[in-house]
Amino acid sequence: MTRVPKRLGRIRRPWRLVAETSTVLIAVVVAFPLYWMVLSAFKPASEVQSDQPRPWTLNPSLDAFRRVFEQQDFGRYFLNSLLVAGAVVIASALIAFLAATAVTRFRFRFRTTLLVMFLTAQMVPIEALTIPMFFLMRDVDALNTLYSLILPHIAFSLPFAIWMLRGFVKAVPEALEEQAFIDGASRTRFLWQILFPLVLPGLVATSVFSFISTWNDFLFAKSFIISATENSTLPMALLVFFDTETPDWGGVMAGSTIMTIPVLIFFVAVQRRLVSGLGGAVKD
Amino acid sequence: MTRTALAQARVTGRRGGRWTPWLYLAPALVVLAALLAYPIYQLGLISLLEYTQAQVSGGEPATFQGLGNYAELFGDRQFWSVLLATLVFATACVSGTLTVGCALAVLLTRVRAVPRLMLMLAALGAWATPAITGSTVWVFLFDPDFGPVNKLLGLGDFAWTYGRYSAFFLVFLEIVWCSFPFVMVTMYAGIRAIPSEVLEAAALDGASSLRIWRSVMAPMLRPILVVVTIQSIIWDFKVFTQIYVMTDGGGIAGQNLVLNVYAYQKAFASSQYSLGSAIGVVMLLILLGVTLVYLRLLRRRGEEI
Repeated sequence: MTRVPKRLGRIRRPWRLVAETSTVLIAVVVAFPLYWMVLSAFKPASEVQSDQPRPWTLNPSLDAFRRVFEQQDFGRYFLNSLLVAGAVVIASALIAFLAATAVTRFRFRFRTTLLVMFLTAQMVPIEALTIPMFFLMRDVDALNTLYSLILPHIAFSLPFAIWMLRGFVKAVPEALEEQAFIDGASRTRFLWQILFPLVLPGLVATSVFSFISTWNDFLFAKSFIISATENSTLPMALLVFFDTETPDWGGVMAGSTIMTIPVLIFFVAVQRRLVSGLGGAVKD
Repeated sequence: MTRTALAQARVTGRRGGRWTPWLYLAPALVVLAALLAYPIYQLGLISLLEYTQAQVSGGEPATFQGLGNYAELFGDRQFWSVLLATLVFATACVSGTLTVGCALAVLLTRVRAVPRLMLMLAALGAWATPAITGSTVWVFLFDPDFGPVNKLLGLGDFAWTYGRYSAFFLVFLEIVWCSFPFVMVTMYAGIRAIPSEVLEAAALDGASSLRIWRSVMAPMLRPILVVVTIQSIIWDFKVFTQIYVMTDGGGIAGQNLVLNVYAYQKAFASSQYSLGSAIGVVMLLILLGVTLVYLRLLRRRGEEI
């Protein structure tokens, strides 16, 4: 009774066992959809379209992937998606970095107003803006081009990126800035050669959100890429597979796997920073 | 002293840097004005006009309708039933997500590293899954002919997407699956950030676990809880992809429509752009209300933003 128990020690042994068993079970349930997706992508067609689905396969095959890549310009769509997401990630990261620096490193009139505006802008449902965005893209002749996907997504990912980057910019000590100025560095030099590399990890973590929302988008792709199918993106190709009366489930799962893997890789790579970034965004 | 003063002068921008923050903000402001503010203005404008296929193709000039579109919308029974469905469905999703996320965050603090890592990784996987592939996978899991879930539950060839409530339930499950990780990870980080001395002191004073939770942890976690709740409300209220993909554009005879999908279908499927815009404006106003509540809560906590 006199010893202060450690946090873990407070729970009695049988309860901890129950807790740990349920944790593992829940982990299995949560991971199951992804497992089933990958599994079905590698199953031969006869096993996917079978009324006795088994949670394993003894004859893995790449047929479904082959079908996906042959049936349409899937490779092309993949590249388009990558190009759009890449352009959005880079552009919004640079713009957001500058804006986040402005609102954390300077005091000026309307600063709070701007911050509230950035916060409010995050709430705007982008789907609701499809209609005016369609007319806007038509007026600037961007319909059917990749620009019609890149431009709106830069705008939609900016507010959240700025909001989240603030924490990372703030974390760089002001003393560093003083030192740099005393050493005669110009503002621009400080910005790009000192601040930028220090904030870069946070920038990458923030980018995961712009990447996901852009990668995921099919509404703009569906509405703005009307006739130029060579400029279509992955989600559209996936929906073509999915949208028939009797979907080719093996193909859908293979397509889904191809679409999910890049995001998973990106996510796992930045997850540590992501959590700390969220912590920062939450605490602020 | 002089150093600080000098730096202060720099930071506050007294030495020729008055315009520097605006220079840094310029790209962001230009992009947001052109691609966010202007479309919002347009949305409001279109909702006040008569705007159908004829006006889009330029055949007829757009005529001013005043609030006619809104009158038409509010007189439509389907609009009210969609609005109700959206509110109920979003509430269900938010409560489901928060309950699962918070419960699992607490569970994570009670287990050792290996099970914790397993659940963390599984959750990260669900979090990273794009909404569109998540939707296709869940529909496949619950497929009446080839899905494992019906086999497992012995439901035969029960088609989940046919009935209104079963279809909503299926979408609900997918949404909770892909959104609880955000809540869980954030709450877990929040719980870990509570200094253990505080908890130990409470335990030494003889407080029960329930009491510790209610009187020590809950107040300390409230700010984080507010953030994840508001975030969830915003995400779940404007759900689009899952409904659109899983119920094939809003379900049989539109039984699974939510506002966002409804607006899209009105505008792009039946070319009633002004009605679609009016629905969009209604959504914007509701979300603006949520934002105001959020800002209020932030301000009450005395946070400087």
